[in-house]
Amino acid sequence: MKICVLVKEVPDAAVDKRIDPETKRLDRSGEKNLNPFDTHALEAAMQVKEGGSDVEEIVAVTMGPESAVRALHKAVALGADRSVHLSDDALAGSDVCATGYALARVLEAESPDLVLLGQQSDDGECYTIGAVVADHLKMPSLTQVIKMDVADAKLTCERQAEYGYDTVEVELPAVISVGDAINEPRYPSLKAIMGAKKKPLDTKAIGDVGIEADRVGEGGSRTAVLELKPPPEKEAGEIIEDEDTNETVEKIVAWLDERKLI
Amino acid sequence: MAGILVYALHDDEGNFNKNSLGALSEAAKLAGELGTEAAAVVVGDVADDAAAGLGKYGVGKVYRCKEAPEGLAQPIVDVMAKVISDNDFDYALFGGGLLGFEIGAGLTARLNAGVTMEVTQVNVQDGKLVAERPILQDSQIADVGYVDKPGIIIGRLNAFDANEGDGTAEVEDVQVELSEWSTKARMVTRGEQRGADVNIEDANVLVGGGRGLGKKENFELAEQLAESMGGAVAATRAVVDAGWYPYAAQIGQTGKTVAPNLYLALGISGAIQHKVGMQNSENILAINKDQNAPIFEFSDLGVVGDLHKIVPKLTEAIKAKKGG
Amino acid sequence: MAVEPLEFPPPVKPAEEFITGITDPEEERIEVGVAIVGGGPAGLACAIKLMQLLENEPELTEKLGEVPVAVVEKGKTTGAHLLSGANMKPSAMRELFPDLDPSDWPVYQEVTKDAVYFLTSKVAVPLKPMPPNFRNHGNYVTSIAKLGRFLGEKAEEAGVYILSETAADKLLVEDRIVRGVRSGDKGRGKEGEELSNFEPGSDLVAKATVLAEGTLGHLTGAALDYFDLGGPDPQRWELGVKEVWEVGKPLDRVIHTLGWPLRWRPKYKEAGGSFIYPMGEDKVAIGLVVGLDTSDATFSTHDALQQLKTHPFVKKILEGGKRVGWGAKTIPSGGYWSMPKRLSSPGMVITGDAAGMVNVPTLKGIHYAMHSGMYAAEAIVESLKQDSVNFENYERKVKDSLIEKDLWQSRNMRQPLSRGLIFGGVMGSLMVATKGAFPGGHWKNEPDAEVPVDIDGAAKKYPKPDNKYIFDKLNSVFLSGNATRDDAPNHIRIQEKVPRELAQTWVSMCPAQVYEIPDEQLESGSETVDVQVTPSNCVQCGAITAKGGRLTLPEGGDGPLYQDL
Repeated sequence: MKICVLVKEVPDAAVDKRIDPETKRLDRSGEKNLNPFDTHALEAAMQVKEGGSDVEEIVAVTMGPESAVRALHKAVALGADRSVHLSDDALAGSDVCATGYALARVLEAESPDLVLLGQQSDDGECYTIGAVVADHLKMPSLTQVIKMDVADAKLTCERQAEYGYDTVEVELPAVISVGDAINEPRYPSLKAIMGAKKKPLDTKAIGDVGIEADRVGEGGSRTAVLELKPPPEKEAGEIIEDEDTNETVEKIVAWLDERKLI
Repeated sequence: MAGILVYALHDDEGNFNKNSLGALSEAAKLAGELGTEAAAVVVGDVADDAAAGLGKYGVGKVYRCKEAPEGLAQPIVDVMAKVISDNDFDYALFGGGLLGFEIGAGLTARLNAGVTMEVTQVNVQDGKLVAERPILQDSQIADVGYVDKPGIIIGRLNAFDANEGDGTAEVEDVQVELSEWSTKARMVTRGEQRGADVNIEDANVLVGGGRGLGKKENFELAEQLAESMGGAVAATRAVVDAGWYPYAAQIGQTGKTVAPNLYLALGISGAIQHKVGMQNSENILAINKDQNAPIFEFSDLGVVGDLHKIVPKLTEAIKAKKGG
Repeated sequence: MAVEPLEFPPPVKPAEEFITGITDPEEERIEVGVAIVGGGPAGLACAIKLMQLLENEPELTEKLGEVPVAVVEKGKTTGAHLLSGANMKPSAMRELFPDLDPSDWPVYQEVTKDAVYFLTSKVAVPLKPMPPNFRNHGNYVTSIAKLGRFLGEKAEEAGVYILSETAADKLLVEDRIVRGVRSGDKGRGKEGEELSNFEPGSDLVAKATVLAEGTLGHLTGAALDYFDLGGPDPQRWELGVKEVWEVGKPLDRVIHTLGWPLRWRPKYKEAGGSFIYPMGEDKVAIGLVVGLDTSDATFSTHDALQQLKTHPFVKKILEGGKRVGWGAKTIPSGGYWSMPKRLSSPGMVITGDAAGMVNVPTLKGIHYAMHSGMYAAEAIVESLKQDSVNFENYERKVKDSLIEKDLWQSRNMRQPLSRGLIFGGVMGSLMVATKGAFPGGHWKNEPDAEVPVDIDGAAKKYPKPDNKYIFDKLNSVFLSGNATRDDAPNHIRIQEKVPRELAQTWVSMCPAQVYEIPDEQLESGSETVDVQVTPSNCVQCGAITAKGGRLTLPEGGDGPLYQDL
């Protein structure tokens, strides 16, 4: 079995995130880190391998600028055998549609049996790339998976949907987005960290994997950010001092009632 | 016929999801402004009158594919892709919820369409729809437009309100050939409730307990209040650290992030480490004996007083109001 | 009732706990040529210099193996745990990067105008002539956190392995020769138990080990004990709390202040002052530095900084602005007499702040750290070429350098300040005027923890936080980028049942609200109280080590993520 894990480099959670008002895109100049949700995906891949399934290799795949190499190093330190870096100026400004298309193309070139990814990224807050990629790859897909067992080319997954927990059987090859509740990611050993730079890293441009330039980047995106504005002003709240508790409770209930909260 | 197509999710008993109903009403309103129509799409075994009944929310037509199973996204992608292409819909709209995300995303790929998720509001601008969505942990709002059709709009949970009126919809059955991969996932059990293990992230009403509760045993006050409102109990890091409540209920910088309709903060000071986990709650009611507590700066209703006196009476009053 | 913190020593035996032999089996050990503990100016200057020298030493490079130089850094990245004023003297940057121009350095601007003010609660009186130790013309306003990132990048470009998020927990010693370090475990729970993703540390075996840990000196402390390298005086520290503000109008000068809000009466021992530096056109750094030998148990440097901001002089500079950074860190201030009596031991050298190479009166330490790192690199290459791990040559280089000369000149300047600002100020000026000749002799540095503490009235004057201009500690910890997991084990060693005066001292002293006294005990006024510790708030400033406790290393990667502090 070949497992590809899609990873992404995102601004570190502690960095004050801001949008560049000119490009209307995320200012990525601060500290960056491997998307925390992707560490769960890598851990899931390792657990499949260590659980007895015959996994030939785990490949970390990312689409991003030059600096994204660090995310790949981290992914490799966490257990991936090698990595693939899709990097091209033409990709800058790609929206969900364009990104999903590009990632699907680079994954196709790898012919994976299982694609794993974290269910969301700290910066895009999109929760959906897995489903986009799956449709392009013509593979079944599930998101928000919090439990995954492998047996005989089939996955048994659990995920929480609108009405409660669903148990779904999925045939491989498949694309699975995992939630953070699925596992506790391991820490890389010092040896693994130091050895990461030596593992094979392939860099690919869009031409290498058959990505059409007019379907990616800002020009190829199907949505456009028209404007950025501050969130609506929250009205200042009311403050009551409790003198007569019965009266206070009445006021609270009236407030709740007025807002249709009871 | 151009217009807006809305997916209406239902459970195994045929009850439609409240977020889907909200999306129907929203679509009807927007279609009115655009001068087009709103329609719904349902899959699975939906009875004629149930389907037609969706007309109450403002849609004129309901497309139904009985053969496609409910509950998994990809068969529905096949259905909606066909309905959208055959009828030249301009937009697909989804109410908040997991399936909406998955289906919307699949359609993005299938139809090479733009998609915006976590949408909190939709506006009409120059005869087109523009979706508003919060970004960067709700610190800014982005207005997103669509380059071409169709445009896919996926709402945030509880973003759209359902408006029930009169009206019935015309039901049209459609036949759809499912893609090969849409048949590769099989639902084994759907919608299993896991009892006491309520995920606080899904609760509509949360009662948060902080150090002001005084001691572990006083969490009972929070629990009773939560019960009276049909909500769940959450906790601050300080009390979880002290062992008063389990880690699964912790909200804040290193715990869970929640956005319920109502957050009742009991004895919580409102330090920023907690605030970032619950500041997007629709309504925040805080009870604290310290009038300088930071929580009063961002609560909608703040009560300065002794929660040990107020909460039991509040619980009684709410029970009375609901029961009586 | 006054209490001496020293009477309640922390439950820790550094030489026993943090020194160990190599325990990993051979296949598991990681072998490097030179292991440098600490990715700060000293450690990174050493690393870069080593790679520069090795370019001309092919034989030695081979001997050092696959990883000739490795830097072990406990922060998320180099610079994440660095905090300073700072006005950096350019000599070290020039020497290390002869091909770079100051415009390529990660600095804000050259200092062209500076001033010192004496503050009372209402006015700011410019001190003219300016006390000479504050003169900074020709120096560069720098963010040390940015410098750390810059040097880290340069080091990696040169081929250095930077192991970030890795704590050097123990020193490997065999037959009294230092053989490297052992990295800390990861994945332990609150009680120290192994969690499901527990990963034990590894032995990093090296031919030479450079201790460049900075003010915290975790391994340095243990090594000084074990090898008996301690100097004539114990080390003492100042605590600096700093904020970075985005401002509307650029500040045109480097400012230092003395006086208010610090109290001048000798009994309070509130020695220190503030700094306000321009950071380019749109930002300003403001900080307050105070000795940790203060005697009022309610004295809080963080809150005193907030108090400073209420002064009309400061308000004019910050008004309309927005706070974008906060942090805290200690500075070793014992100077010459507190430096270790030996800076090397077979297999090991000590550099930078870890060796106390800070000139507190002139507020300089960055360039000394970098120079010492470069001397260490030179010495290590010289000795290893001869297959020797004797690095006494490093000590000779330091002794012949400006580090020794400058610190000697100001060797008695800090101590008199503990007798009050007036007395200390006069003594200080005399020392500068006579270039260190007067007053001569050896004014002893007392350990900060020996100063008795008692509850007095400092806190009464502190402004109430509004979290827009005046900030509370928790809000500030959040801004430091600290997001340490809640179930991390407690890395702070203190006695947990102590007299209330001591507990109060810790509560007030700590800028990150790590220590708390339970409400019931505060209300009941008990004499002995429990100290509650929230280790995940800790920004690793090191203050507790000065005042009767000890900071040990948390898990690698924990702590703040300073951006431009």
